[in-house]
Amino acid sequence: MSASRLSRRRAITLAGAGVAGVAGVAAGAGALARGGAERASADQGAAAGAVPFHGEHQAGITTPAQDRLHFVAFDVVTKDRARLVELLGEWTAAAARMTAGKDAGVIGAVGGVPEAPPDDTGEALGLPPSQLTLTVGFGPTLFRDAQGRDRFGLAGRRPAALVDLPHFAGDALRPEISGGDLCVQACANDPQVAVHAIRNLARIGMGVVSVRWSQLGFGRTSSTSTGQATPRNLFGFKDGTANLKAEDGGLLREHLWVQPGDGPDWMTGGSYLVTRKIRMIVETWDRSSLVEQEQIVGRTKGSGAPLGKGDEFDEPDFAAKGDDGQPVIAATSHVRLAHPDANDGARLLRRGYNFVDGSDGLGRLDAGLFFIAYQRDPRKQFVPIQTRLARNDAMNEYLRHVSSGIFACPPGVRDGGDHWGRALFG
Amino acid sequence: MRTTRFLVLAAAGALATTGLAACGGQEKDAGTADGGPIAVKASDTACEVGRTELAAGQTVFEVTNSGAKVTEFYVYAAGDRVMGEVENIAPGLKRELRVELPAGTYETACKPGMSGKGIRGALKVSGTAATVAPDAALAEATASYQRYVASQTAALLTKTEEFVAAVKAGDVAKAKALYPVARTYWERIEPVAESFGDLDPKIDGREEVVEEGMEFTGFHRIEKDLWTTGDISADGPIADQLLTDVKAIVAKANAEKLTPLQLANGAKALLDEVASGKITGEEERYSHTDLWDFNANLEGSKAAIAALRPALEQRAPELVTQLDAEFANVETALGKHRDGDGWKLHTALSKAELKELSDSINALAEPISKVAAVVAR
Ligand code: HEM
Repeated sequence: MSASRLSRRRAITLAGAGVAGVAGVAAGAGALARGGAERASADQGAAAGAVPFHGEHQAGITTPAQDRLHFVAFDVVTKDRARLVELLGEWTAAAARMTAGKDAGVIGAVGGVPEAPPDDTGEALGLPPSQLTLTVGFGPTLFRDAQGRDRFGLAGRRPAALVDLPHFAGDALRPEISGGDLCVQACANDPQVAVHAIRNLARIGMGVVSVRWSQLGFGRTSSTSTGQATPRNLFGFKDGTANLKAEDGGLLREHLWVQPGDGPDWMTGGSYLVTRKIRMIVETWDRSSLVEQEQIVGRTKGSGAPLGKGDEFDEPDFAAKGDDGQPVIAATSHVRLAHPDANDGARLLRRGYNFVDGSDGLGRLDAGLFFIAYQRDPRKQFVPIQTRLARNDAMNEYLRHVSSGIFACPPGVRDGGDHWGRALFG
Repeated sequence: MRTTRFLVLAAAGALATTGLAACGGQEKDAGTADGGPIAVKASDTACEVGRTELAAGQTVFEVTNSGAKVTEFYVYAAGDRVMGEVENIAPGLKRELRVELPAGTYETACKPGMSGKGIRGALKVSGTAATVAPDAALAEATASYQRYVASQTAALLTKTEEFVAAVKAGDVAKAKALYPVARTYWERIEPVAESFGDLDPKIDGREEVVEEGMEFTGFHRIEKDLWTTGDISADGPIADQLLTDVKAIVAKANAEKLTPLQLANGAKALLDEVASGKITGEEERYSHTDLWDFNANLEGSKAAIAALRPALEQRAPELVTQLDAEFANVETALGKHRDGDGWKLHTALSKAELKELSDSINALAEPISKVAAVVAR
């Protein structure tokens, strides 16, 4: 404690902040990275480095999927539109700092007066940026709440693509962990960095927003770049093989980013996010035979190749029949039903995470996949795909969808003068 | 009851008692600046104050309770800063409040049933009183909060006596009714009480904090017996011990002089009490009277902030505005759960209702956590 305060003091002196009290401290501390940021690339490689916060699109979508997730949905509790906009500005500033590996506030975790609570909670001191990305989204209830009220004069700006998701067959959704007026997806390669970011945003938001639900994910279940190895989900299968990837150029314009003319201008360059917390009944899955598991997925468990093919990235052949005259890739297999061929060409950028929330009191792991998908228009992508999966996917026997969310994620924050929601509230 | 003690009070050299003590008592001789005492006729529905325009200086109010409910009488400055108060005026009783009022506008309030905002009236004081200098404003904060502690501890003692008597008489119904009332006065000044390390767990310790070799005593022990078995026949010695401990803590609390910084931290600590123990229903796990404690913690926090108000208004007026708004917000949220003169049981609230309360407390506690640094500068 005394050591860190000492080094902070020294740092302030070096940065040239003099005796001017809080303001001086702020200027000094604000200019400093949290520590470790400079060393990051040399010591720990790119996984520890920083992802640029500003840009045309929000980071955290095509950014190569980081290992850890903390996702949070908020309800807005204030009625005061100006306070909400002010918060979005404060959040943006804090997000820009934290993604660069700095403290959440300008004073910092240890730089302030001893009587004041620090404006950063401190658990990320000394940790590198860890490729933290913070991605914001706006839920349908921000535009018109459950009682039909237009609290912030935004009803007219709701994009038609931001639909209320229909009830899908088998849905067992818990309202208290579904939906939300706002969401923030924090992804990082260090879980402490992701949790730190959400915790500080929640704290800054007190009185304006309230945490509705939040979810931790401990391992990515998708790759979003051809440079990444395909990870595995908790069914033990490679996940992300046929995903949309950052390198897909034209496909991203077609399937991921909202294009001019799609809807209201404030969403151009943004993307729609659907989250589904999907509980996996791993105990019964683990008792099913390898051949059943592979038939359900439509790919082999080892290499991840489509059934009947040899390499992970081979195209599946849905027409192929086995000696018994049955399709090699079963009619009820997940990849057949989810494949663009079955869905008018529709594709998703999947970015989910494995979760284990302890156990459920019945001796079973409370485990599953926190499904995250980005897309240009959920009406043409997630909704038809999930409708098909919910009806026919053989995997459903081992799945329960327990939470659901849909959010409009605006385009990127351009520069220091821009902030989250500026165009929406503008 | 918390395990960390934020208030490290210097036990020595704290004997300055204010000459402005409320709760009618020793100094019968002093008159009112503007003539004789002002009669206040308090009933369950009215609060008639004899004169409402006075001259600056010392004023004596004589409050007579003709109602059927126990009442309280307050003189408030802006932001409900308590200038003086008398607690626990039983039906038929007459109590005295002496208070020094500089020129300004105030409000009087009777609180039949000891709850709510009370029956308010305007009070105007004129004359020459210099505006308070910044440091004097802080010094006044200490004195003002001492008046509050004095009034609360007096009522705590009386109500604990009544509670103890009911327990010893084996009157379960009466003891149950008095339990949350006595605890109200405790909860309002909890941070002060908690600073006396060894006494706090004896008076307010919950079962799980009782360590090896220590007996489970105090309010919560009796609470458990009252609400689980209903058998308090063996609780006489525990009740006696409770009263002894409360007497000891009252004496100590009145001998303490809290610094403005301790007040600021105390205001925050009270809300932390709410956020950690009352929202969850942990504090009153048998009686489920957590909302009584919630309200008392809130009032206590507000009283501490009110004592600091003149200093805060000079140093951080925007913070004062924010605190006023957030206090009002919590009061509205909590007010929905009133039940007569008391409060609904914790178990009667839905999860969504508890979340609303939790959000409003967090919204208030964040700006309150900034007060200490303002006071310290
Ligand atoms: C816990 C639930 C789920 C599991 C375990 C799971 C697993 C898999 C696996 C192993 C693959 C093959 C590898 C790959 O191409 O990534 C896959 C592909 C896919 N999944 Fe899922 N998935 C789940 C839920 C969903 C949901 C809810 C959707 C969308 C509504 C979805 C859409 C897709 C799509 C579009 C593909 C690619 C199909 C292709 O083009 O070949 N999945 N999934």
